[in-house]
Amino acid sequence: MSINTEATPYCEDVIKKFTLAAIFWGVVGFLAGDFIALQLAFPVLNLDLEWTSFGRLRPVHTSAVIFAFGGNVLFATSLYIVQRTSRAGLFGGEGLGGFVFWNFQALIVVAALSYVLGFSQGQEYAEPEWWIDLWLTVIWVAYLIAFAGTIMKRKEPHIYVANWFFFAMILTIAMLHLGNNLAVPAAFFGGSWMKSYNVFGGVQNAMTQWWYGHNAVGFFLTAGFLGIMYYFVPKRAERPVYSYRLSIVHFWALIFLYIWAGPHHLHYTALPDWAQTLGMTFSVMLWMPSWGGMINGLMTLSGAWDKLRTDPVMRFLVSSVAFYGMSTFEGPMMSIKAVNSLSHYTDWGIGHVHSGALGWVAFVSFGALYYLVPKLWGRKELYSLKLVGVHFWVATVGIVFYITAMWISGIMQGLMWRAYDNLGFLQYSFIETVEAMRPYYMIRALGGFLFVLGSLVMVYNVWKTIKGDVADEAYASATSGAR
Amino acid sequence: MFKHHAKIETNIFFLAVGILLTIVVGGLVEVVPLFSIESTIEKVDGVRPYSPLEQRGRDIYIREGCYNCHSQMIRPFKDEVERYGHYSLAAESKYDHPFQWGSKRTGPDLARVGGKYTDDWQVRHLINPRDVVPGSIMPGYKHLMRPLNYSDIAADMKALRAVGVPYTDAQIANAVKDLEEQVFGDPAAKPAVAASYPKAHIGSASGKDKVTEMDALVAYLQVLGTMVDFSTVKPEAIRR
Repeated sequence: MSINTEATPYCEDVIKKFTLAAIFWGVVGFLAGDFIALQLAFPVLNLDLEWTSFGRLRPVHTSAVIFAFGGNVLFATSLYIVQRTSRAGLFGGEGLGGFVFWNFQALIVVAALSYVLGFSQGQEYAEPEWWIDLWLTVIWVAYLIAFAGTIMKRKEPHIYVANWFFFAMILTIAMLHLGNNLAVPAAFFGGSWMKSYNVFGGVQNAMTQWWYGHNAVGFFLTAGFLGIMYYFVPKRAERPVYSYRLSIVHFWALIFLYIWAGPHHLHYTALPDWAQTLGMTFSVMLWMPSWGGMINGLMTLSGAWDKLRTDPVMRFLVSSVAFYGMSTFEGPMMSIKAVNSLSHYTDWGIGHVHSGALGWVAFVSFGALYYLVPKLWGRKELYSLKLVGVHFWVATVGIVFYITAMWISGIMQGLMWRAYDNLGFLQYSFIETVEAMRPYYMIRALGGFLFVLGSLVMVYNVWKTIKGDVADEAYASATSGAR
Repeated sequence: MFKHHAKIETNIFFLAVGILLTIVVGGLVEVVPLFSIESTIEKVDGVRPYSPLEQRGRDIYIREGCYNCHSQMIRPFKDEVERYGHYSLAAESKYDHPFQWGSKRTGPDLARVGGKYTDDWQVRHLINPRDVVPGSIMPGYKHLMRPLNYSDIAADMKALRAVGVPYTDAQIANAVKDLEEQVFGDPAAKPAVAASYPKAHIGSASGKDKVTEMDALVAYLQVLGTMVDFSTVKPEAIRR
């Protein structure tokens, strides 16, 4: 065997670019989120301009964090992992990688501009108009070719588990994107190039939208990031994945069950009851593979739990898996119709999304980025592990502010909507429930601010690492024994 | 089971086929029957395609991202029915491409906002919500007082017809005329637009001498939830 004797020419320039883009769009997306959070507390911040109103900026925030930040993280990590675990250079090389990179960045800018200027398909997380969707399809196919092509020229007999998750993510997102964006452009009939109408309407459109919307969460933000977990947690812990069999069960059960969960976004609506019941049932079942995956990730630390204390990068990775466990318990609970009757339409949903998005997606991304940067730029370690610890605690406190504020405001608002006085009248007018939210909107914005602050600490740390500086040798060498 | 898994994890084609078969099931079972089960969309009278002006208003509703804060879906709960009106039917949004049921109520549900407020209230509220609702956190939309672009409204209606909205040839041919008449027509004189689109809200909300975006959005808001006359609906027709 000649393992490790011949150097494989990995494509790393493009991984570097995706890594930097992920950090850049992360900060932009977090800032946009905090700005619109402040708009809800202080409506004057809508500035009375059409381009800066909450309704146009909210899609900028969601697209920036999900697709720009999350997407670049997925490109960086998946294309890094697939090369390493296949012991093969990227299929298509820097050329194909660069094609995906530059087109994707340009698409982000065009999509964001289009929202601000008032062009939207009017479906959450699928706002870009039809020709932007087609452009994304081309980019996605190029990504699929680069990813699958690398697997096909692999020198390892087995396809590593992380790659199953990435591959399922790529294929499923392609299906969802094409299915949910089927639209007839007005331009076909001599109208605007920036307007189209979805082929599905009303109740069918509601179902296809949430089939898409929930699985953007299930595959883009979960399966893809589980791929990250399955590589970087064992790598950083220097331990093998806890259970190979659990990985297999986790994978197939997760991708089978997730697809069914969409209708829990439509409880008690005009969607037929049978579909709602299916959505609820599968959402509750989804709890099991989710926690199976969490256990597989956490137990990988068996015998290496001390790293939680000594290695702040490990702390990000492990906390992310803990947050994953928490929000994949909360989700099935909220999908139970009786709970949903209270939580739906309220801030509780927003809080739930952010415990997953900030605690799981962003934290596992930060862990992966902190692992990748020194590796890619050939540094022994990050500029400062102490600053990683600062980032961790500032961001964690921010998340706690955020989700507790949203739990309180969400449950309170749900209860106020259904409260009756002792004469049998609705106790609160709608605007009274809005006014009651104000303190919590301020606390949420403060939580968001801390999260932004943490990400800026990361920017500084990454910049110094790339420059080649080393901050606290003492700290690094004191902990290097444990690593 | 686990020993056979090696076949899948050593061959990318087997893996791809396995993934595709696994992910396609849930969607097929949940989406396809919605097109074939007849009881999915209730049989009630009154739901019609939007008038050209209302459709333009709907386009503005989507452009401004109103769905980010307002739902259009009243659930069958006592408090919601008392606050907003009869619970929403699937039939009421059958011509909505895309649907706008929403997922969040930062502001109130709008499924039956039609007729609840005067045009004047709607205009003042949209220009500066805090003028009429001091605690409101909604953005102001004073830019809606600009002229509406409606020269290509017929193209939009043709695109909507292609996705299943039953506009007639006459409705498409008269689109611009109907749109202008809905703003400047005299409701007492029973204009043609009212015959073509029953319950269309006639009048100039903004009071300008040109059709404004405000006129279109208010016409849309004023028709929301008003098409079905629930006093004539038999309970068994909408039973779930």
